[in-house]
Amino acid sequence: MRPVASILPTNDGATRRANIARRVSSSFRDSEEHVWRWSAKTASTIPLIGLLFVLIVLVIKAWPAIQVNGIHFLSGSSWVPGSTYAPAVKTHGVAHPLGSSYGAWPLIAGTLQTSVIAIIVAVPISVGAAFALTERLPRWLSQPLGFFVEILAGIPSVIIGLWGVLTLGPLLSHHIYPIIANHVPNVPVLRYFKGSTGYGEGLLTSGLVLGLMIVPIIASTTRDLFMQVPPLPKEGAEALGMTDAEVARYVTIPWVRTGIIGATVLGLGRALGETIAVAMISGSVLGAVAPNIYGTMTTIAATIVSQLDSAATDGTGFAISTLAEAGLVLAVISIIVNFGARVIINRTSRLSAPVGRM
Amino acid sequence: MTSITDAAFPRTRGRRFREVAFRMLTLLALSCVVGPSLWLIVGVIWQAVPHWRWNVLTTLSQGTSGGLENAVVGTLVLMVGVLFVAGAVGVLTGIHLAELSRHRRNGKSSGTLLRTATEVLAGFPSIVLGYVGYVALCVGLHWGFSLLPAIMILSLMVTPYIAKSTESALRQVPTSYREGAEALGMATGYALRKVVIRSALPGIVTGLLIALSIAGGETAPLLYTAGVTNNLPSFALVHHPIAYLTYYVWTDYNQPSDAAHYVAYDAALILVVMVLALLVASRVLVARTQRFSESNR
Repeated sequence: MRPVASILPTNDGATRRANIARRVSSSFRDSEEHVWRWSAKTASTIPLIGLLFVLIVLVIKAWPAIQVNGIHFLSGSSWVPGSTYAPAVKTHGVAHPLGSSYGAWPLIAGTLQTSVIAIIVAVPISVGAAFALTERLPRWLSQPLGFFVEILAGIPSVIIGLWGVLTLGPLLSHHIYPIIANHVPNVPVLRYFKGSTGYGEGLLTSGLVLGLMIVPIIASTTRDLFMQVPPLPKEGAEALGMTDAEVARYVTIPWVRTGIIGATVLGLGRALGETIAVAMISGSVLGAVAPNIYGTMTTIAATIVSQLDSAATDGTGFAISTLAEAGLVLAVISIIVNFGARVIINRTSRLSAPVGRM
Repeated sequence: MTSITDAAFPRTRGRRFREVAFRMLTLLALSCVVGPSLWLIVGVIWQAVPHWRWNVLTTLSQGTSGGLENAVVGTLVLMVGVLFVAGAVGVLTGIHLAELSRHRRNGKSSGTLLRTATEVLAGFPSIVLGYVGYVALCVGLHWGFSLLPAIMILSLMVTPYIAKSTESALRQVPTSYREGAEALGMATGYALRKVVIRSALPGIVTGLLIALSIAGGETAPLLYTAGVTNNLPSFALVHHPIAYLTYYVWTDYNQPSDAAHYVAYDAALILVVMVLALLVASRVLVARTQRFSESNR
């Protein structure tokens, strides 16, 4: 830097001023990097701190309930808040209302049942739809339809719940469920489909609506995966005389199989944690597993949202603590599921699609 | 005439049938996705439009009747709050994960713990976040149902998306841009602001819009943190509940009166329009940048 200025005959004062200006501005520019580094580093710890805060609060709040309810909480099926008028009693040093007894098995079973129904419905439909979008339809049709499927992921769950409880549920229970219930043979698994069909609020309707909610996640991820399959293997298979169905079965789907599994598990995570839609459609019946597939039930998330109001009236705080324990169970389940999905996805393909609730 | 491929894939009726069935089933699957979804959206609009009055937007709610002005303004306030809090935290986290966290010698990225926390948070059940907000912030810190806990919990929920989309937008900036900036003698921070972030900006804004649409349509984390009020938001951070649109859908759909149903469907219509507008805007942004970007992805 120095030589140019020293060789050229210049006004000394001007050079000095220019040098000072350059030095000042360069120190600003160096410090700009420090500002970026420092602020980005600080900000990136906030999600970590938030997560730790949430988990710590959950464990602290759930601890009294864990002590009293014990391991029986996972297998029992009564949900009795106890008497709020009688004086509180103490078990293991924890005060709780007289006669309170909590078991979360119906909630856990309901959560798993609805999610499994959703997965069974959503996976074939999503893969088929993704295949139609990438391979079958002309571009002018597949692009807007693909956009539409992506947008569906953003429809608020309260609106899907509104539609499910006021439109879909009554329709299914009046016209579709009776037909199924009357014509299903009385054999071990299908027996679950017989019996009273209810009023549209229940297990099957919740599962179907959850399926509709996770279809966009699985379908748009699968569509992106199908687009990443290189054309040469497919063309080669076609040149061997395979039909489109065989190309899909032997080339395209095996190529992205683990990606589809990962997307499915992500959808499962969303289905497990979904709250509002299920709370509206499930019928919110505590204390029993659904007797048949149309029966009313509830899930962990729906129970927390519908019971927190009345739990706050428990003077000993034991009901609130029990809800924290239920929330802890749900958090553990969904963390395991999401970790599984991310391990599978990271190991196989690098997705650019937004992964998660979208 | 037989060929060698006919031995492996003979021309049988069964194969042709399976092929036709396969094509039918894929189209059926697509219609199973599109059909109910269109039914859902059109159904909500169909229920709301016949009773739609524009003064819904300018009158205050009376619970199960009246307008939705307080809820619309409240939702917008919440979204602006989330945009500032989660936007700042999420974008900076994305920058940290994509640009500034150095790769260590042993091949591991130093951001592993932060990345894991962000990913776990992305899949966390929203109602559990809402529960913690209620127990720890509204009750524990005596803030009551108010704006601050609602924005904090919503921001915690959507930060992972913003971080994720910012990170992938930054990773799509070609390395040659960074090298060119360095060759011109730009300082790292200056190049980051002027070159890297500027060219990743459409992707970042897309992530922000999607996060806003999630925040605007969310119910579960708000029910026990924001509370509800029939007044306009007072902009006080604590001790003053704030109304939002999803609350009215959630509480009014099963009330006995027709007026309550109208309120629920009106709120649903406003929500659908708002969310769709945000998502379409994000999509248009992506399409525009893809058209004008020099590198095709």
